Amino acid sequence: MTSYLIRNAQILGGAPKDIHIADGVVREIGEGLTVEADVDIDAHGLIALPGLVDLHTHLREPGREDAETVLTGTQAAAKGGYTAVHAMANTFPVADTAGVVEQVWRLGQESGYCDVQPVGAVTVGLEGKKLAELGAMHDSAAGVRVFSDDGKCVDDAVIMRRALEYVKAFDGVVAQHAQEPRLTEGAQMNEGQVSGELGLGGWPAVAEESIIARDVLLAAHVGSRLHVCHVSTAGSVEIIRWAKAKGWNVTAEVTPHHLLLTDELVRSYDPVYKVNPPLRTAADVEALRAALADGTIDAVATDHAPHPAEDKDCEWAVAAMGMVGLETALSVVQQTMVDTGLLNWEAVADRMSYRPARIGRLTGQGRPISVGEPANLVLFDPAYRGAVDPESFATRSRNTPYRGLDLPGRVHATFLRGRATVLAGELADRDGLA
Amino acid sequence: MKRHLVSTADLARDDALLILDTAEELAQLSGRAVKKLPTLRGRTVVNLFFEDSTRTKTSFEVAEKRLSADVINFSAKGSSVSKGESLKDTALTLQAMGADAVVIRHHASGAPARLAQSEWLHGSVINAGDGTHEHPTQALLDAFTMRRHLNPGPGRDLAGRRVTIVGDVLHSRVARSNVHLLTTLGAEVTFVAPPTLLPIGIENWPCQVSYDLDAVLPKTDALMMLRVQRERMNAAFFPTEREYSRRYGMDGIRMAQLPEHAIVMHPGPMVRGMEITAEVADSPRCTVVEQVANGVSIRMAVLYLLLGGATLADSPRTDSSETAQ
Amino acid sequence: MTTDGTTAPRPPHQVLDATDIARVVTRIAHEIVERAKGAEDVVLLGIHTRGVHLARRLHARLTQITGRDIPLGTLDITMYRDDLRLKPARALEHTEIPASGIDGKLVVLVDDVLFSGRTIRAALDALSDIGRPRAVQLAVLVDRGHRELPIRADYVGKNLPTSLREAVQVQLADSDGRDAVLVGDRDYTARSTQALAASPHLPE
Repeated sequence: MTSYLIRNAQILGGAPKDIHIADGVVREIGEGLTVEADVDIDAHGLIALPGLVDLHTHLREPGREDAETVLTGTQAAAKGGYTAVHAMANTFPVADTAGVVEQVWRLGQESGYCDVQPVGAVTVGLEGKKLAELGAMHDSAAGVRVFSDDGKCVDDAVIMRRALEYVKAFDGVVAQHAQEPRLTEGAQMNEGQVSGELGLGGWPAVAEESIIARDVLLAAHVGSRLHVCHVSTAGSVEIIRWAKAKGWNVTAEVTPHHLLLTDELVRSYDPVYKVNPPLRTAADVEALRAALADGTIDAVATDHAPHPAEDKDCEWAVAAMGMVGLETALSVVQQTMVDTGLLNWEAVADRMSYRPARIGRLTGQGRPISVGEPANLVLFDPAYRGAVDPESFATRSRNTPYRGLDLPGRVHATFLRGRATVLAGELADRDGLA
Repeated sequence: MKRHLVSTADLARDDALLILDTAEELAQLSGRAVKKLPTLRGRTVVNLFFEDSTRTKTSFEVAEKRLSADVINFSAKGSSVSKGESLKDTALTLQAMGADAVVIRHHASGAPARLAQSEWLHGSVINAGDGTHEHPTQALLDAFTMRRHLNPGPGRDLAGRRVTIVGDVLHSRVARSNVHLLTTLGAEVTFVAPPTLLPIGIENWPCQVSYDLDAVLPKTDALMMLRVQRERMNAAFFPTEREYSRRYGMDGIRMAQLPEHAIVMHPGPMVRGMEITAEVADSPRCTVVEQVANGVSIRMAVLYLLLGGATLADSPRTDSSETAQ
Repeated sequence: MTTDGTTAPRPPHQVLDATDIARVVTRIAHEIVERAKGAEDVVLLGIHTRGVHLARRLHARLTQITGRDIPLGTLDITMYRDDLRLKPARALEHTEIPASGIDGKLVVLVDDVLFSGRTIRAALDALSDIGRPRAVQLAVLVDRGHRELPIRADYVGKNLPTSLREAVQVQLADSDGRDAVLVGDRDYTARSTQALAASPHLPE
């Protein structure tokens, strides 16, 4: 296995140090290391962070390989600095059986660019009616611990309660897509000033907040762990803050796009801005940033949702919801959280690696950069500034809302257990990863 | 004027007045033996209707034919991305056919804006109603009708005139187009509706809002009744038809509360017995039929102003003919 | 400045003054009465913009001469132009046909300058959509030649041989503050509002 000597990297933004990686682990950290390594990397000016962990990725395989495959999705993840992603269950067929989650898990193993931890569906076919075989998915080779009907809300209070209770047996967590279905019939965008003017069906904040309020109470009642997906409103933040203050076992994530973009962009009617939950107002963005800064929101999760061009190259109403995000997440977090002084790099590591790994109960991921730990890390150049060019993406889809936008920072290298999946910004050859 | 007519918000006061004045001139045509002008000879106008609308479509078609345009009716009803051709492919087809303008009616808000911004089509896009967003030519014909009654004469606007719009504002593209245009022309707009049928955020629109029709009537120069679909009842927007008519419907007793000069308007189709009684609909103060006639003049004016002069499609030809001499 | 050795464009010089124009209008009014045998069924139609002003003056003279109120109207030929595609859409002027109509009447079209003949072609097309006159005649203040269509004037204020390099500018008090007809180099007047009148393939 190739060994690396990374010179003068700022670990979590600290003073420059050398990092020696060999046999998949961090061998040595220090100043002016003299060890021999196969590859020397000059990391002057680069930040070293633990490999990022995404709690919320749509890899689309099986079923929508025209949008993404496990291979292209994990390549995109590696380019974004990720070493582990949670693959959402809304595939075709739905990942609601041990067979499907094992298939996804195996495809991830074969890819070699990034660990793939399948998420299992909470209910059969994501229909919200009948519990899927949660235990079987946990017991499978995929070892599923995160369950979600993401894309749909487990809106039946009894089903939600049972799922929360049931997964306690194997330390699982239910990740809820909080969306009251009746309040969001025909919803096209955030309900507010802009939806009223544009004549687009409104997706009110209360549809998210009412479900979160119910779920934190349910989780408290049955003593279970709850994770809230893609929190998008200031009101949701308040509820989660309250639940955490009560000492209840609730965690939450926010997407990069909800940290940066607002519903004003919808005025263009360009479906690249169509996403679920929808882009909210500037006040929501501000509340989400503050919540991520103070830890009320535990993690940044991409909700990377690739769609083929034809699903976006159409009128708003029929366009698919979602944005790709793996390859821009760290840059958006730098812009919205680091450059604004809300988070330092140590806290970025916490929100994008340690905590998501802990929520997903991943072992060997989200570990600190220290001697003896698995060598999962990313070298990031925060001084870079440049326009986002979707044509350079590894993901199969191009539905990014950041096309042409100047964003700071770029991933220089990503290491997965000591192997470079990305080096000098370029994806490694797949043969070298096997 | 811009190249497209997608929203009345894009119309400056001068643009709006130019359209009204042009329409006023073209309205004379209806009194002539030959109701046709050669102006758009050789121009191709496509009526692309994704939604049924006999009135609007007929009105546009009459306007196009009176201007001698080649008219193509492209009925795309029922087509959707899952079932048939996408908007993009339809647009590319029309572009290949050499459409100089596309008049589009679509059930999705923003579809005309999308078409206008896209590279799919080079011709002008005229919004003939999109979802619950806008219906600019309806607002223009409404303003035209109001001006004729309340402040007639070329170059005149609606400064200080009080317009009350009653009904399902939430789902009304007519209301949205009207509030922009009437405000641009100086009118004061008041919406009257049950709170369930008003959009969130309306307090920031350039208008007043009232839940009390009777209080507003005496201070109204033009009253516009919007259609209220009976299906809205099922989604609990209001309890019953009877209760709606009682609180927000227009009847003879309410009509008597209007100032003498005030007119009663309706974009049609009317739901008699719901938002308007026969007594009001058939009264001489009701301008519904007049609005239909004015619609043709307004649509002719819009078509002429967008297509009658040099258009983008002409510019390469003009250049080459000049260098040839 | 110029490569072909010619001098800089000359400023326009006056060929008719206010008195000339008044005399010409009076003369044409008499000619109309004479040729139309008392102008019993004459309808005057002025073509926008300056033809309308001239028609109004002609109308005043005819009223004086005949003691009757000759029907007077205006005609906007914009929608009938053959050069619409060369410029952005223009605002329309008011067309007003006298209440008695034009069917069976002798319509006298009035315009300021007769040049290519395209404006008159458009006016004739417009007339045929409005009704069926007994006959149509044309009265112009200036005929500057260079016809591109088989059209001639029945009443001409002044024949003015010009070169295509020149522009003819008619000024009338109603719109320009004074009465005058000017001729100048096209390049010079190109900077003024009359640029169109100098172009041979455009209606004047």
